[in-house]
Amino acid sequence: MKPQWQILVVDDEEIMCESLAAWLREDGYQVDTASSGREAVELAKKTDYAIYFIDLKMPGGMDGIDTLMEIRRIHPEASVIIITAFATVDTAITAIKEGAQEYIVKPCNPEEISLLVSRIIKVKKLQRENLILRKKLARQYQFHDIISKNPRMQEILELAREVSSLRSTVLIRGESGTGKELIARAIHFSGARAQKPFIAVSCAALAETLLESELFGYEKGAFTGAAERKKGKFELADGGTIFLDEIGDIPPKLQADLLRALQERSFYRVGGTEEIQVDVRVIAATHKDLRALVEEGRFREDLYYRLNVIEIVIPPLRERREDIPLLARHFVERLSHELGKPVEEISEDAMRLLMSHSWPGNVRELENAIERAIVSCRGATLSAEDFSFLQDNGAARFRVPDNMTLAEMEKLMIEATLRRTGGNVKEAAASLGIDRSTLYEKLKRYGIER
Amino acid sequence: MIVLGLLELSAPNSPPLPPAVIPAMAGALEERLPVRAVLLDPLPVPPSAFDARRRQWSAPALLEAVLRSAPDGLTKVLAVTGVDLFIPMLSFVYGQAQLGGRAGVVSIARLRQPFYGLPENTPLLLERARKEAVHEAGHLLGLVHCPQPDCVMRLSVQAGQIDLKSEALCPACAARVREGLA
Repeated sequence: MKPQWQILVVDDEEIMCESLAAWLREDGYQVDTASSGREAVELAKKTDYAIYFIDLKMPGGMDGIDTLMEIRRIHPEASVIIITAFATVDTAITAIKEGAQEYIVKPCNPEEISLLVSRIIKVKKLQRENLILRKKLARQYQFHDIISKNPRMQEILELAREVSSLRSTVLIRGESGTGKELIARAIHFSGARAQKPFIAVSCAALAETLLESELFGYEKGAFTGAAERKKGKFELADGGTIFLDEIGDIPPKLQADLLRALQERSFYRVGGTEEIQVDVRVIAATHKDLRALVEEGRFREDLYYRLNVIEIVIPPLRERREDIPLLARHFVERLSHELGKPVEEISEDAMRLLMSHSWPGNVRELENAIERAIVSCRGATLSAEDFSFLQDNGAARFRVPDNMTLAEMEKLMIEATLRRTGGNVKEAAASLGIDRSTLYEKLKRYGIER
Repeated sequence: MIVLGLLELSAPNSPPLPPAVIPAMAGALEERLPVRAVLLDPLPVPPSAFDARRRQWSAPALLEAVLRSAPDGLTKVLAVTGVDLFIPMLSFVYGQAQLGGRAGVVSIARLRQPFYGLPENTPLLLERARKEAVHEAGHLLGLVHCPQPDCVMRLSVQAGQIDLKSEALCPACAARVREGLA
């Protein structure tokens, strides 16, 4: 049997609608009819038809062109055929400009209609096949919930797979929203500890004393309000993994306690005298430069080395733009299901917009943007209009961290440019607007390796 | 067994159907489909179905007339006419049937060689008429167009395409009819 492609025929003349519908049904299509532009738009909101046949002249304030525009707004990829009894060059140009796929004069030869419909359906089948293949391809680039075809990310995922079976501490570095916790979870759930708990703690979210009791637990009466003995996250994670997010924000006293817990694999509850032994794998994460914090004396060097046994650095999304389409389609698939909206695709214009955005909030920002677009989308395809809230101004692209010197900024800029040119100095110098000798001099001064 | 009534839709000022056409169609229907064909009295076409500007007859209007006059208790009716048929969207149709429904109509106007300026060829007309009768009756049984080149359910939009296909259902369409899944 043929797949049930759906067609909508729109004409105020019932006999025209019904006879064309009957003729198309004989060809195996599921055909609905609408007697006005408004009725057609209402039907289009509920169903994504493969083809719309729309009569140009319709009464009721909404003619064929108005209907075409409204339907194309809901379904940017819709194939619309405008039908008219009296062709004029002007209406034909308007129809095609507004996105009609064809403009035909009735009555037309059955062969013409038959070929036109089968040609459009052939393209739709290819588009559908393409969508299925893209989904299959996306699964190839997937490791748990992490999707990437970027070579650096592939190396990271390979490393994550390799270390998943070990007990060594892992330090994950990356900007906010790059998916540090996802990597931590992937390591945990692909290793031998997968059946044991994965406990995540945000070290930045709690005050020092609260964080201490949160991590190590407390005894009854240890402090005001400690009415019962309570197990800490370390104890709860016994046999599994504890994920210490924002480890760069941990206060000095706790740094010492944490170091002890890591070295001895034991600790005391707050107010307790009993030494608690645990078997916990620690994965820490931060968006800060811990090495710099060590040099500034704000982070214990011994703790740094204890945490930094295996280091994973996740690149920001703007440095792996090839992942944007993969991630965007993955989020569309997942979120449209979660939000109960039948969105399936992202239009080419919308994808171009996503590719050009700088994504300072990284993958999390992309996910939020897709969710927001799905909520406002009225069809099955996300259009550029659905992402109009993405205001990518210069301020967002060039966010300057506090206390950064001009030299540091220059160094970062040179490094980023070299990464983009694959180490090509000539190209990097041209891009930076300086000559090659000046760039060599700066490379030497900043100790930048190509 | 489905009983299918066959009748002539006759128009004034239009020559009657060659006498062999309806018996040939009845024979093809009984040979190719699980139906028993019964011949019904002719029915005059309603004058309102004529479009003077196009000089053709409206297939939907003829279908309605057939439905109105179809005897009670008869499952399906296929009307045959010598007049040229159209639907508003298309310049002509060889026939039209309600998909899985009760009534269908076949025109032999464009099945005759004189329509194309050629001498009458009765054996060829009967061959085409048999195929179109089975094709429209196939729609009445719920079959849609088939991509198989020699299946009678393949869509034909030129007389030459009717000549290329056989008058039989392909195995898949035949199975659909047998299983009542069409």
